[in-house]
Amino acid sequence: MNKPASFANWKLFWKRWGVGLSVAGVIIAAIAYYYARSPQATEAVLASTLRQSVPLVLGALCGLLGERAAVINIGIEGQMLMAAFVGFLVNVYTGNLLLGVLAGIAVGALLGLLLAFMSVTLKIDQIIGGTVINILAIGLTGYFYKVGLSGHGKLNAIPLGPLAKIPLLGPVLFNNPPITYTAIILVFVVHYVLFYTPWGLRTRAVGEHPRAADTLGINVYLVRYVNVVVGGALAGLAGAYLSLEAVGSFERLMTNGRGFVALAVMIFGKWTPLGSWGAALLFGFASAIQTQLQFGGKVNIPPQFIGMLPYLLTIIVLAGFVGRARPPAADGIPYEKEG
Amino acid sequence: MSEIALEVRNIVKRFPGVLANDHVNFVLRKGEVHALLGENGAGKTTLMNIIYGLYRPDEGEIYVDGQKVTIDSPHDAIRLGIGMVHQHFMLVPVFTVAENLILGAEPTKGWSLDLKAAREAVRRLSAQYGLEVEPDAVVEDLPVGVQQRVEILKALYREAKILVLDEPTAVLTPQEVEELFVIMRQLTQRGVSIIFITHKLKEVLAIADHITVMRRGKVVGTTTPAETDEAGLAAMMVGRQVVLQVEKTPAKPGEVVLEVENLEVEDERGLPAVDGVSFEVREGEILGIAGVQGNGQTELVEAITGLRHIRNGHIRLGGQEAPERAPRYLIEHGMGHIPEDRQKHGLVLSYTIADNLVLCTYYQPPFARGLQRNQAAIVENAERLVNQFDVRTPSIFTTAGSLSGGNQQKVIVAREFSRPLKLLVANQPTRGLDVGSIEYIHKRIIQMRDQGVAVLLVSAELDEIMSLADRIAVMYRGKIVAVVEAGQVSKEELGLLMAGSGIEKARAG
Amino acid sequence: MAEPAKRTSGWPNVRRFVRSIAVPLGAVALALIIGAVIIELSGASALKAYEALAQGAFGNARGWQRTLEKSTPLIFSGLAVAFAFKAGLFNIGAQGQLLFGAITAAWVGFAVHGLPPGIHAAVALTAGAIAGGLYGAIPGALKTYTGAHEVITTIMLNYVAMGFTDYLANGPLKDTSPGNIVARTPKILPSATLPTWHWLPFGFVLAVAAAAITWWILRRTTLGFEIRTVGQNPHAARYAGMKVARTVILTMVLSALLAGIGGAVETQGVVKRYEPGFNANLGFDGITVALLGKTDPFGVIPAAMLLGAMRAGSNQMQFKAHVAQEITDVVQALMLFFVAADMIVRWLLRMRQAEEGEKITLSTGWGAQ
Repeated sequence: MNKPASFANWKLFWKRWGVGLSVAGVIIAAIAYYYARSPQATEAVLASTLRQSVPLVLGALCGLLGERAAVINIGIEGQMLMAAFVGFLVNVYTGNLLLGVLAGIAVGALLGLLLAFMSVTLKIDQIIGGTVINILAIGLTGYFYKVGLSGHGKLNAIPLGPLAKIPLLGPVLFNNPPITYTAIILVFVVHYVLFYTPWGLRTRAVGEHPRAADTLGINVYLVRYVNVVVGGALAGLAGAYLSLEAVGSFERLMTNGRGFVALAVMIFGKWTPLGSWGAALLFGFASAIQTQLQFGGKVNIPPQFIGMLPYLLTIIVLAGFVGRARPPAADGIPYEKEG
Repeated sequence: MSEIALEVRNIVKRFPGVLANDHVNFVLRKGEVHALLGENGAGKTTLMNIIYGLYRPDEGEIYVDGQKVTIDSPHDAIRLGIGMVHQHFMLVPVFTVAENLILGAEPTKGWSLDLKAAREAVRRLSAQYGLEVEPDAVVEDLPVGVQQRVEILKALYREAKILVLDEPTAVLTPQEVEELFVIMRQLTQRGVSIIFITHKLKEVLAIADHITVMRRGKVVGTTTPAETDEAGLAAMMVGRQVVLQVEKTPAKPGEVVLEVENLEVEDERGLPAVDGVSFEVREGEILGIAGVQGNGQTELVEAITGLRHIRNGHIRLGGQEAPERAPRYLIEHGMGHIPEDRQKHGLVLSYTIADNLVLCTYYQPPFARGLQRNQAAIVENAERLVNQFDVRTPSIFTTAGSLSGGNQQKVIVAREFSRPLKLLVANQPTRGLDVGSIEYIHKRIIQMRDQGVAVLLVSAELDEIMSLADRIAVMYRGKIVAVVEAGQVSKEELGLLMAGSGIEKARAG
Repeated sequence: MAEPAKRTSGWPNVRRFVRSIAVPLGAVALALIIGAVIIELSGASALKAYEALAQGAFGNARGWQRTLEKSTPLIFSGLAVAFAFKAGLFNIGAQGQLLFGAITAAWVGFAVHGLPPGIHAAVALTAGAIAGGLYGAIPGALKTYTGAHEVITTIMLNYVAMGFTDYLANGPLKDTSPGNIVARTPKILPSATLPTWHWLPFGFVLAVAAAAITWWILRRTTLGFEIRTVGQNPHAARYAGMKVARTVILTMVLSALLAGIGGAVETQGVVKRYEPGFNANLGFDGITVALLGKTDPFGVIPAAMLLGAMRAGSNQMQFKAHVAQEITDVVQALMLFFVAADMIVRWLLRMRQAEEGEKITLSTGWGAQ
């Protein structure tokens, strides 16, 4: 490559990554500043940020897998709730945490299958289909839940040997429970699958122009089914995170709207896994700060107002960023084969 | 090896209420261009969709290379060496050329896509067939002519021996059509057989080796360019000798009704679509806007009819500056609008004909009394208009969605013409209609002109423009490149203008 | 081909009516059957449970009154969802709008003194309606001006409303009478309460009237025509000169107004004060009611009464048949599923596919217009 071209590449590089790099720079500087002032609090907030972001990023991955194939999944909340509950129940009755997690994943996938059946095969309006799942999950978990069930422990942090001893980075990044690690790995796996494999290319084609994919012999329905079911499994993992890793027990309506926030995270992340991760960390940070504010006792704001923070942030993000990024062109539209 | 690449025998395909293909027989020889000619709705596209596995025939057989085959999906068709370039391109707009090429048949390295191999495939095929394209260009940024090449490359990448081109010239300038014909010739020399679907007679005579004409789902006959001419083909296509000329008296232009000055309008992506356009339309004249689709006509009409934001410039109706994006103001001041997409803008398909007929006037007396709608007046209005405009429907309570395209258009025309008009804006008023409806709508538009209405007619069909318009403005890349008196310019000259050549050049060439 | 509308003879309309209620009835039956299976699986008797449920809901005048009281807010939230639905909007925020309506009515009910009985009640009701309506204007405006999809914004606003009303009931509007430690407002004055005649709550009468007015607006007025046109085809609405943005916001406000009245009626007629956590799922229940009632205002009434009866009788069921009340939520979710998946019910009933009619699409991307 000759010189002017590489100069142009630099310009292109800056245009593409410049904003991201600047933001990253500011964030690193801020972290360094606060770490110098109070290491414990900074560590606590950052670790909490990462963990709070786990269900959001998993939910967002679920949402974007579906929407990249043009299926809107408004039922993530219900998938998470149901998975959290079943995962918890399995843990209660078997005493095995891993089985609980797997059960949660399976339940999420199963509800994904239900959503795919409703929106791909029956061609029900996807918003209504997702709402059915949400209401079903609230009803079923409410009915089968009995107060006083107690689980057998929760998933504990696994320090990654010497890495966990690095100041700041160690406790934040390398001393986490298994689902948190898995979520971070999954971000990169989904990114790879979506943008570097034939399956990803086909998925994106199905989301943008399903008829074009169809005329090339790609099975549009199959692609949608698989993506929605796999997405459901991820939402299931998010549910398992809530009941088996974060809390260690189940509470009614414990998802608390995270499934919907995850959709805003996905939009903010422009339907990309890496972008969604960044957005999820931002939301995670809002929640972490919220905890700090509530227990720090320095500011005198009613707790209810602090509690609204993530929801208000969601609205602001939606209002500010919808329309900036382009959703998949066929998003939400059932595919009708010709003939 | 047989001389016949593809043969279909006795194909029958029924849709609810329509016999789309009625015992169709068709033979494609190796290395020929075989034109399939017919009006909109004659069953050409249905037949091709059957061959490509998108529809399943109710009866009949298909032979490829002399072997009887069943084609249940595009997958089967691709395997049999059949490629199709659809009328509406089947390209993913946000993908690159290379990504579109390999979609569905991806080269891989391990689990990953091998985009390098894809790019090489684009270059190799480009060189082999003389189809210039840049592998890393994003498809939505390419001109339509180049997008079409990508479509052809896609078929060639899948080693198509039989290529179906569905109305490939509809979106091209006359010059691009010439280039396409050169490409088609090159392909046939390399052994590809081409089915060329069109309703344009001249093109058929210019390129085809054989011509099969379809009408109302049936094959009317097969012929060659040597044995026939335009008039002969037109007669076969329509079933009677058609008068292609619309009868009209010379225009008597009066006061200026619509005045457009220095208009600038942007498209969805914020790029200039209309770039400094000025013109006026007078009482009692038809100004035709000619141009290849996608040169800013849609945006121009949407701006004039109040549906799109104006970046700069003025639109005056009857001497008054029209407020921006205010369709109701325009409607109340005498504008009628036959929109380009009748199902998207012109009708509420789930509403009854009666409700559609008051879509713009529902809030005025007699259709409204205070807050309430006046059902009796709405019904009375519908019965009168359905009669007057010859809408063929079982009842005025039938939903608009269940009408044929021609009758849907008549509902729109009836609604718009039932108000006292000063200006009529008609965008592609006869697209996709049968000959009978086209004639009817043409007659009505002339009638409006003769009553003193100013008419702005936008059409991609040069014949329509030439037979209706009194003056013709040619639009190219968002600009009006020439305004000429109808009758003082030939079709060829207009074609050159539409391709962006100046008028002098047009005259010289 | 479409069948010609037969306006002259009455019989086809009767047949059409039967056909139109067949799917909801089938959905209800299927949901009850599956609910019975779940009850049996969890070791109780389904027959006993349903019998106790019916007893509790309709067994005596008290039961009827409870059923009607439970139905009342459901009618309002169902109407709210159905009304917005006609404009292509999915208002899941009835919950939050209802909370604002309820707490505002309570505030006017206990804080304003000296108004004559009927007037005071009317003022409180109106205040509740306006509060709910204004809260509904937010998602409407967000949708039109920023493209933020109302499904997510209304859900988020539900959480915000819960937090805000919780704050009010715990803080500025808290019942300060000695002995009270929970978050709730003082009791409203008798002059602001809505009466109950024998077993018929006045709120229920209001709900039926609201249904009739909603029907009138949608079917008989030019505003209704605009709303429906925007819902069916916003492009055509814009083409025809309708103000789509204004219609969307107005529809959201009117929809939320209905939800707000629902909250006010509940406060003034049943609870007599504001307490956080009452009827926690009314927003989602409104969706079930609306779809079960085929988004028709008059269909909403029987649908809401069905759900209301399940609520009213569930106590009895838990007491007599030892089946957890939440089974009604399960059955309700199943009803929604079968109504939405009407193809399943049609197939079971061997019915032809859906006749052509007005169809709403909610899921067309996130704010892409």
